[in-house]
Amino acid sequence: MYSRHTLLGSVWRHGIVLLLCAFSVFPALWIASASFNATNNMQLQQLIPPKPSFTHYRELFMSERYQYGRWLFNSLKISLLTSALTVIMAGLGAYAFSRFRFKGRRVGLLSLLLIQMFPQMLAIVAIFLLILSLGDIFPWAGLNTHTGLILVYLGGAMGFNTWLMKGYFDTIPRSLEESAKVDGATPFQAFYLIILPLARPILATIFVLSFITAYSELFIAMILLRSNSQFTLAVGMNLLISNRYDNRWGMFAAGALIAAIPFLIVFVIAQRSLVSGLTRGSVKG
Amino acid sequence: MGGSTSSIMIWGYTAKHGLKILFLGILCAVSVYVFVFLIGKGLYVPAVMPLIGSGLISYIFLSEKRYPIRWLIPGLLFLAVMVVYPIGYTFVSSFTNVGTGHMLSKDQAIDHFLERSYTPDNAVAYNYTAFADTSGDLALILEGADQMILYVDGRATDIARSDPRLVDEDSDGTPDRFGNYSRLTIPETVQRLSVIEDYRIQYKDTIIGLESLTKFRTRSSQYSYDPDSETMTDLRTGMVYTAWEGIFTAPDGEEIYPGYKVGVGPRNFVKLLTNPQISGPFAKVFLWTFIYATLTVLLNFALGLFTAILLNDPFLRFRTVYRVLAVVPYALPAFITILVWRGMLNVHFGVINDIFLALFGSGARIPWLQNAMWAKISVLLVNLWLGYPYMMLISLGALQSIPGSLYEAARVDGATWWQRFWTITLPLLLMPLAPLLIGAFAFNFNNFTLIYLLTEGGPAIAGASTPAGATDILISYTYNLAFAGERGNQLGLAAAVSVLIFLIVATISAVNFRMTGTLEELSKNV
Repeated sequence: MYSRHTLLGSVWRHGIVLLLCAFSVFPALWIASASFNATNNMQLQQLIPPKPSFTHYRELFMSERYQYGRWLFNSLKISLLTSALTVIMAGLGAYAFSRFRFKGRRVGLLSLLLIQMFPQMLAIVAIFLLILSLGDIFPWAGLNTHTGLILVYLGGAMGFNTWLMKGYFDTIPRSLEESAKVDGATPFQAFYLIILPLARPILATIFVLSFITAYSELFIAMILLRSNSQFTLAVGMNLLISNRYDNRWGMFAAGALIAAIPFLIVFVIAQRSLVSGLTRGSVKG
Repeated sequence: MGGSTSSIMIWGYTAKHGLKILFLGILCAVSVYVFVFLIGKGLYVPAVMPLIGSGLISYIFLSEKRYPIRWLIPGLLFLAVMVVYPIGYTFVSSFTNVGTGHMLSKDQAIDHFLERSYTPDNAVAYNYTAFADTSGDLALILEGADQMILYVDGRATDIARSDPRLVDEDSDGTPDRFGNYSRLTIPETVQRLSVIEDYRIQYKDTIIGLESLTKFRTRSSQYSYDPDSETMTDLRTGMVYTAWEGIFTAPDGEEIYPGYKVGVGPRNFVKLLTNPQISGPFAKVFLWTFIYATLTVLLNFALGLFTAILLNDPFLRFRTVYRVLAVVPYALPAFITILVWRGMLNVHFGVINDIFLALFGSGARIPWLQNAMWAKISVLLVNLWLGYPYMMLISLGALQSIPGSLYEAARVDGATWWQRFWTITLPLLLMPLAPLLIGAFAFNFNNFTLIYLLTEGGPAIAGASTPAGATDILISYTYNLAFAGERGNQLGLAAAVSVLIFLIVATISAVNFRMTGTLEELSKNV
């Protein structure tokens, strides 16, 4: 499809691609620059800050109104817990779907897919009232608690995750478990001691996918979390910039950079494990 | 002999399954606790749910036949409670008027009114002293103008000042001890205030309740309810309020709160479609949601494919570097980058307008997020930035699968670049990419994060009785309806919108599955 470039062809190709890359990269550079720019004034900002300083980074962690440190901790805590529990629950379910034959297996698998079609966020009214009532019975799991939020997130654990894992488990030969059974292992022991170590790629994949989802989730977090110290990064950062009269551009920029780091790390890990995890376990086509 | 064998069996069974039985026991205990709690609140149907749930779970864990399902229990439990139940509840509540002022059940609302009391004109005031015995039980002595009342163990009786059980130790006129009870100091009384303020002391034919830190006063129930005519009468004013559509209303239209939840049939849906103040903005939001989702997928795909074609060129040097740079928007969290764009598009201080000013002189200041049209353009622009890397990645993948020989043959036949693109590249790409494009459509249809963080729905549409903005999509409209309305939270109406959104998305997915034969493929693999 392609042929050698003429000089002019080379020039315009590189030119356009460079323009596109600039388009992609510019906001990231701009925000990085803003975070090191001591003045808060958006207008006076240039791409290379004249006098780089860490003031905003310090402000961020000392502010009383914007408890950034807390938000960061909250987001990491919630995302890690959600991902870990999701992997466990989806893994157990996927193993059952993959290895056992039982009544309701086909129906179960297909309906999992069907239920995914209804985004959990559409039922926010119901979820809000549910968690509100849950808080009456168990105050530590009600509105404005992280437990309540994690419980809601775990509702989405079964679904695509289970399908992906099941596909992966299907590719592991059963002979390994057969021989374990001969040695007297229960199905759970076979799962835990033999299959799980082999399934590390897909476990990592699901973990990072869940992490990215939970980390970026805004809608449900915004509805269930009500007080400043409970906010996640997504909710809190919106607060930082949505106030029209107290625009903390510099602080926001510093916060943005820090918030992007866990996401970036996990994204890079995901890129690597995703390829190996998905190609082994993907549905054909 | 039979007895000891079976007891050995039972012990054996318990030992082997000890942990499991312990866990099930705790589960059932918790369910019973929740059951009792909810019954106490008058919620009978929800109370039974945990019992049914733990019954099912116990059965599954104790039955050998159902062994495989044990593996599914944790995931299914959360799915059932956090996804399936809310979906069902949303569906049901879309047919009710639930919302601010209509959150309680009818019985709960009636109880509310019956508990209200007021101070009648002929009220008598009593000074009171509180006493407590060693086990913490309270006794109160109330001193009125004419009499003294003793209130202990839930009963009120007259008591004379000279009653021998009253002992005044320091002769200051107030009794310090009553039988086993000794007087509480003011701070100690304050500690017990939350209990004392709930007392409704029945004395002769009046009720006496706490009025201030040191006084009690007779009170009267303010309302009485007649179940036959379903009316609530205000005993103070004599006004009769009839239960009507979730609220007690007087003949002159006055309404008293709290109201209650009541089914209203398809009224919410009808309102959305016919009430001009609601259906007008709703239709606008509906239209924009479709337009936005379609446009953004087309735009993102166009730019993504264009970039992919450029980067797929084996003769382009630094391809990998370019690819990594281009993908940057995808590698950063959206909830951060959208807010960054929001700052950059600021009318007065944003860098985008600065650049425009430098390029086009003053007057080129564009009201990116303030003006309805520019806000829509901003939304498409920011989503283009966010989405084209993904489109580029999937296009790159799909481009690899087109055999080069097709292009060779076309070139031999004299086809131009444009013709080669339209007749070979595009059709062969659309086959694997169509499901992904439809998926992107469905995703953007409900892309709350983008709209909310960038514009919060956008410049408000004037004259709408429900909060609706120029860039609102159905999902953000639902959110504002449910949680941000000035007229209170119209949860029933929001639920109705949710149901409509679901129907649309389900239809799209059904079409997607039908077109791509995905369902058959999946069924084969199950």
